[in-house]
Amino acid sequence: MFHRESGVFKTSYAADMALYPLPIAKWAVAALAGLFIVIVPLALDEYYVSILDLILIAIVGALGLNILVGYTGQISIGHGAFMSVGAYTAANLVVHLGAPFWVTIPAGGLMAALVGAVVGIPSLRIKGIYLAIATLAAQLIIEWTINHVPAISGGVQASIQVPRPSLFGTPLESQTQLYLFLMAFAVLAIVGTSNLARSRVGRAFIAVRDQDIAAEIIGISIFRYKLWAFAISSFYAGVTGVLYTYYLGIANYEQFQITVSIDYLAMIIIGGLGSVLGSIFGAAFVTLLPIVTRWFLESFGAFIFSQADLANIIPNLRLILFGSLIIFFLVVEPEGLNRLWRNVRNYFRVWPFSY
Amino acid sequence: MGAQPEVQLAVSSVSKHFGGVRAVEGIGLSVRCGELISIIGPNGAGKTSFLNMISGFYRPDTGSIMFEGRDITGERPSRIAALGIARTFQNIALFSGMTVLDNIMLGRHVRMKAGVLSSFIYWGLAQKEEVTNRARVEELVEFLELEDLRKQPTSGLAYGLRKRVELARALALDPKLLLLDEPMGGMNQEEKEDMARFILDVNQQWGTTIILIEHDMAVVMDISDRVAVLDRGRKIADGSPGEVQGNADVIRAYLGTAKDRQEVAAA
Repeated sequence: MFHRESGVFKTSYAADMALYPLPIAKWAVAALAGLFIVIVPLALDEYYVSILDLILIAIVGALGLNILVGYTGQISIGHGAFMSVGAYTAANLVVHLGAPFWVTIPAGGLMAALVGAVVGIPSLRIKGIYLAIATLAAQLIIEWTINHVPAISGGVQASIQVPRPSLFGTPLESQTQLYLFLMAFAVLAIVGTSNLARSRVGRAFIAVRDQDIAAEIIGISIFRYKLWAFAISSFYAGVTGVLYTYYLGIANYEQFQITVSIDYLAMIIIGGLGSVLGSIFGAAFVTLLPIVTRWFLESFGAFIFSQADLANIIPNLRLILFGSLIIFFLVVEPEGLNRLWRNVRNYFRVWPFSY
Repeated sequence: MGAQPEVQLAVSSVSKHFGGVRAVEGIGLSVRCGELISIIGPNGAGKTSFLNMISGFYRPDTGSIMFEGRDITGERPSRIAALGIARTFQNIALFSGMTVLDNIMLGRHVRMKAGVLSSFIYWGLAQKEEVTNRARVEELVEFLELEDLRKQPTSGLAYGLRKRVELARALALDPKLLLLDEPMGGMNQEEKEDMARFILDVNQQWGTTIILIEHDMAVVMDISDRVAVLDRGRKIADGSPGEVQGNADVIRAYLGTAKDRQEVAAA
């Protein structure tokens, strides 16, 4: 937010370490929360709320991947597969046991965390590109397993119908109800990740990323923390998978293929590695980009292209835009949208006396 | 002299070979609680390799290392750190993106308990722990005169200051034994004097045992209780600074003999 520090004196360490050390920042966050929780669902119609739902789901997933890649520095191309583990765990629990959401969501998360921790074991020995390949293998193996084991996938189609979650006996039918439901989890993920990042475990993650030898010498067990990072990140992924399943009303492995893993990597690279706010920006940006380009081309594309061409151009343009944006951010602003936001903020912090 | 303080660290004839290179060859050293020992020797004498074995980076090929009566030979570095052995590196190994405070807070890692769940929740246990440990970190910040740098990223600091932050991070572990690998390397005279004062203060105020590798002989002879001299992987002398200075082997290791010099001149 735009705020100035002058005149605020902290008199305790707790105050100095608060998430929002300035009173004005607390008010700004409260106002923002009010806007998104009260005004937005009332003001927008179903279609736009359903887009916001997608963003909320993506925020949870992006935060999870950022814990692993951004904070701990372990690359993973298997995020989509961990989501599918959560999704199918939940779907089976719902179909066979009629489990409510407060069982399926933690269960999906825990199952994904378990699988994620196992996939993370090689990270002790291999780094960088080699680890990327190992997680890529995990993505394909998990995809194949789900697809070929009927006990998990529920048959030939490999998809399981899942009814909407219900709260106090009422199913959440409208997009607005679902929006508030998803908002609760997104907020939980945002606050939890911010807390994690500023305390003992988060610092250890960053230490493992920056200097693993120095981390070991001050008593941080690298192996343990790498596995924790994989488990926590996969837990978030699992929860994302369950939420997405509820949103779609169906668990289907095609929703969690490798392109999804790449999308999430794009989110955290474009948004900003190792940043909570960046994950939110990235999730919103990557979710909105294809929708906006589609809308733009459908509205104005007809002046240049024929309708048949447009149908071809739209999906490919999305890939082209994605690729070029990732390259752009890696080269020009590796810290992503979060950094751009900080630059703007710092400019206005001292405005109009910026010398 | 009264009763001798007990032996804290007992290294008995450890060796480490890398292929054909005998980096360390049967070195033994016993260190008493509260002692300040310097290890000196020409380049490649095996000083850093010796420290690496104590802190667990190298597993000794032979020999054993006992810390407070407990066998720590070949333990993982993080386990050894948790027992109270801290160290700094010859080429600074700070977490460069983090602030000075966060770096020192990381040094408190083994003294803190918050797990994943309590960190996630934060309010309550984790926050209380952060605050009490922050208070200890602030003591160190004050002790090492880093007050105005608290919230600066370490990557932008001057060399001497980075060395000081690294010392602070090692001290944050509340170590019983502190291993310092060339803490004054690359410093100017004034910075060296500051650092020597900090090291002496740590040793005398808190009674921390210190093993120091240093090349500046003036400093070594001034502050050490004892000096051990290594040459080509072997220990060639061990005694008070005065004894070591007069030792014929030491003089030969550093300066060579008249015969050596004739051979070099002839070659």
